[in-house]
Amino acid sequence: MATYSAIKYNVDYGGFAGALIPIATFTSDGSDSNATFTSGIDSTYDEYLFIFNNIHPQTDNRGLRFIASVNGGSSYGVETTSTAFQASHGEGDAGGALAYNTEHDAAESTSAISLISEQANDNDLALSGYMRLYNPASTTFVKHFMCVGTHSGSGGGGADAAVHRYIGGYINTTSAVNAIKFDMQSGEIQGGTIQMFGVH
Amino acid sequence: MATYSSIAHNFTPPAANIGAMTLIKTLTASSSGTISFVDGSSSVVLDDTYKTYLFKFINCHPSDNGPNFNVNFSIDTGSNYNVTKTSTFFHSRHDEDGSDGQVVYDTGGDLAQGTGNQYISRGIGNGSAEDCVSGELWLFNPANTTFATNFMGTSNSVELNASSQETYFAGYCNSTSAVDAVRFAFNAGNIDAGTFKMYGIA
Repeated sequence: MATYSAIKYNVDYGGFAGALIPIATFTSDGSDSNATFTSGIDSTYDEYLFIFNNIHPQTDNRGLRFIASVNGGSSYGVETTSTAFQASHGEGDAGGALAYNTEHDAAESTSAISLISEQANDNDLALSGYMRLYNPASTTFVKHFMCVGTHSGSGGGGADAAVHRYIGGYINTTSAVNAIKFDMQSGEIQGGTIQMFGVH
Repeated sequence: MATYSSIAHNFTPPAANIGAMTLIKTLTASSSGTISFVDGSSSVVLDDTYKTYLFKFINCHPSDNGPNFNVNFSIDTGSNYNVTKTSTFFHSRHDEDGSDGQVVYDTGGDLAQGTGNQYISRGIGNGSAEDCVSGELWLFNPANTTFATNFMGTSNSVELNASSQETYFAGYCNSTSAVDAVRFAFNAGNIDAGTFKMYGIA
């Protein structure tokens, strides 16, 4: 006869493969220095998805960054190498261009890593996008991440611009990454949500 | 102590929507002029129920040879698709004969405070029955009335001169009105075939 403990292992969740499982949500109170995710990043999922919705910066032309931790958030800063490029186009039809962003890539940096950068702080503008983090619990491989975002760059008194940003790279450690902190390049996060999902 | 039979009757299987990503609606094109997802119509939800919406368009085959595939947005539940938009557009491409591999910004596909259609892909072939375009569109927090509504997407298509074309587009609907309808179409002819899926991410 089956026991209770045996029955629990017979539940088949296979049909939910690919589902997004909500783990945690950060909702800005309008004056946040950062957003941290210090639990729930482990070997449960091979992939984690962070969705950024309407992140509004305090400081004009400053965007979102992230920095990783291997000790649950006691300290942040793991060597990371990344690439960054963007397409941009102004509301006044100027500057339609594709460009590599040397100012936003990283070479074995232990500082915060640029993601969706240079967001205007106009009251009606904010950035959105997502970042995928692969197998952060691995103790064999580096940790890959890929981020795509769309934001509105400040025209600095002129016309604002649409910017489509791509960032990819790897956190260059074989220690498990178990915490992530997001912040702005300067100033506060003054609006928006960051959701963390496990990809089942 | 619980018995096997009592446990079986008390067990509630996990719901189909255990995850945060919910399939809201699937539409299938068949010689369709447009494909539209309108809040409150045909079981479509496009409001603050979900923070993020993801649209997938799969194997969209044009009736004409060489049309552009477009999307536009509405703030009046589909009465008009003419929201002001600023956007970017770039593509990479490579011909089937091995030539012309490139990645370039494409000024023909972007918008500067335009109200017309946003290009998803350009010059899609229909010379062969298998020619088509597939891809996805992300729409962020369309119900918000504080910020402009961000969107971004990517596609791959068979271009009319037998090449693989990968496109990348992004921008914002420069309005603080809620976006409540999305429409896909070719700029000439019909969508002969194709599957369109709309997901909400809570």
